[in-house]
Amino acid sequence: MRKYLIRRLLQIIPVIFIITFVVFVLVYMAGDPVALMLPEDASEADREALRAALGLNDPFIVQYFRFLLDLGQGNFGTSFRYNQDALPLVLERLPATFELAVASMVVAIMMSIPLGIYSARKRNSFVDLFITGGSVLGKAMPNFWLGIILILLFAVNIQFFPVSGRGSLLHLVLPAITLGTGVAAEMTRLIRSSMLEILGQDYMRTAKSKGVNNGRLIYKHAFRNSLIPVVTIMGLQVSQLVSGALITESVFAWPGLGQLLVQAVNGRDMAVVQASVFVIAILVIVINLLTDIVYRLLDPRINYS
Amino acid sequence: MQANAESKSELNINDKIAKSKNQSTTIRGLKLLLQSKTGTIGFIIVICVVLVAIFAGVLAPHDPALNNLTATLKPPAWLDGGSWNYVLGTDNLGRDVLSRIIVGTRVSLLVGVFSVVLAGLIGLIIGIVAGYYGGIVDNILMRLVDSFLAIPSILFILVVLAVFEPSLLVLIIVIGLTNWVTYARIVRGEVLSIKEREYVKASKSIGTKSSEIMLVHVLPNIVSSFIVISALSVATTIILEASLSFLGLGIQPPDVSWGAMLTDGRNYLATNWWLATFPGLAITITVLGIIFLGDWLRDVLDPKTQVNQKGGAK
Repeated sequence: MRKYLIRRLLQIIPVIFIITFVVFVLVYMAGDPVALMLPEDASEADREALRAALGLNDPFIVQYFRFLLDLGQGNFGTSFRYNQDALPLVLERLPATFELAVASMVVAIMMSIPLGIYSARKRNSFVDLFITGGSVLGKAMPNFWLGIILILLFAVNIQFFPVSGRGSLLHLVLPAITLGTGVAAEMTRLIRSSMLEILGQDYMRTAKSKGVNNGRLIYKHAFRNSLIPVVTIMGLQVSQLVSGALITESVFAWPGLGQLLVQAVNGRDMAVVQASVFVIAILVIVINLLTDIVYRLLDPRINYS
Repeated sequence: MQANAESKSELNINDKIAKSKNQSTTIRGLKLLLQSKTGTIGFIIVICVVLVAIFAGVLAPHDPALNNLTATLKPPAWLDGGSWNYVLGTDNLGRDVLSRIIVGTRVSLLVGVFSVVLAGLIGLIIGIVAGYYGGIVDNILMRLVDSFLAIPSILFILVVLAVFEPSLLVLIIVIGLTNWVTYARIVRGEVLSIKEREYVKASKSIGTKSSEIMLVHVLPNIVSSFIVISALSVATTIILEASLSFLGLGIQPPDVSWGAMLTDGRNYLATNWWLATFPGLAITITVLGIIFLGDWLRDVLDPKTQVNQKGGAK
């Protein structure tokens, strides 16, 4: 296990290296930030002086290493929109995004586990067809459109939930359903097929013939075993959750990291773009690592080499 | 002279054989398609969407960008105050919603199809190279693939769109450049298994060039899994493009896209629900059609998954 952990941690290094490199190349290609930083009537000599002071005349590789050094110190530069350091700006948005992500995951789990198990047990029934069809529809429907429709139905027509913003628990309901449904669609499908596979196993037949009652059979023998692939899937869904959160937060004006990033991209606020991309990427990598470890702890058959 | 005629008639026969073979595969394909209800629905939807995109200029009843301030915010035809002149109503500038949806099909399909073609090409080349040469080349390329898979591709896309002004070309390139990894992985896997087969080894032993082996033996073997991934990729790309447009990072006005229509429509949600409803419906139906068609293609083209499905369905 320890060997495996070390190997996984070492694998993170090239990933981080590639992210930093790609982001740096893009920002480098974006061109001269000096024009944005000085007033319109600044003289060419002023511009040149600022360029030299910022080290923009140095060769590419020197600039890249300086960029890495800055990152190592958590220095992403100053947001010109908020006029403060980018990293704290990003970090203070984390709780809101975290709240939304956890709530959506709860929604997704609460929807997909019962639906997945039920449709596997009643395979090819009308209800199964309905659930399977619903999960395809959930995949085909853009996340943000579902959000808009939910706002239309439950915040505009029936004025029960607030249209947007964050605050009470009521504010959380619609965004969490919006984001959770997309994830649930994929999970339901996978739980269903994973359950189907296990229901066909020999040990299920043995347990049944031994007279184990039905509830115990399904929940203890089948469901527990079907959890193993489900954990992996949840790990994979993190990526989807992140991209979904970017959009869902914008639909509901949820003051999270996603909304900040989208606004920064629209406003060309590069310091904030870089900081949020790094923070999100590192979060995703860490969560993937954690799910991998949980997966391995759940299934003792997997070897660590 | 006679020999010439003979070879000609021979050619004719060969032609006929080829034709009848072709015909029978088309008919067989159609029969297979009709056996699957969802496959048929998907096929019909996709054909319709493609036709709408091609003939958008003729089909659109109005100029999609034409403001008509005497007919703003008209409801759909079947509601009070609607008219059949504007079947799906008009927006805040009096532009015809139906025409805008019809023209918006183009952007969705162009971005969907071409970015997938680009991703497929890059993935194909990298996957074949990695799988065929193995060793350190493979190692480096696969590390690159893992790194790309570790981070949500939307992050890369957003960074690029923060730097470059979004346009059709930029969107196609950016989405293509972030989506190739799936292809590279699958192609590499297939190449690894094909490489070990007897006929490839035999071909190598008689001195066939690497490039020829790839073209003749490896490529035809990956076509079917390639088509299946592509279909589903187009579906997700269409949603991605709509999401980017919705965030204001897609095609810019006056060009029309479904996602941007939804952004505009959201502001009129309380009073004019149709503005945010129909473009979303257009996206959902298109994507649904492609998913249905893709699932059917997978069942038909990919015998491996078929076996798996049956195995799992005991």
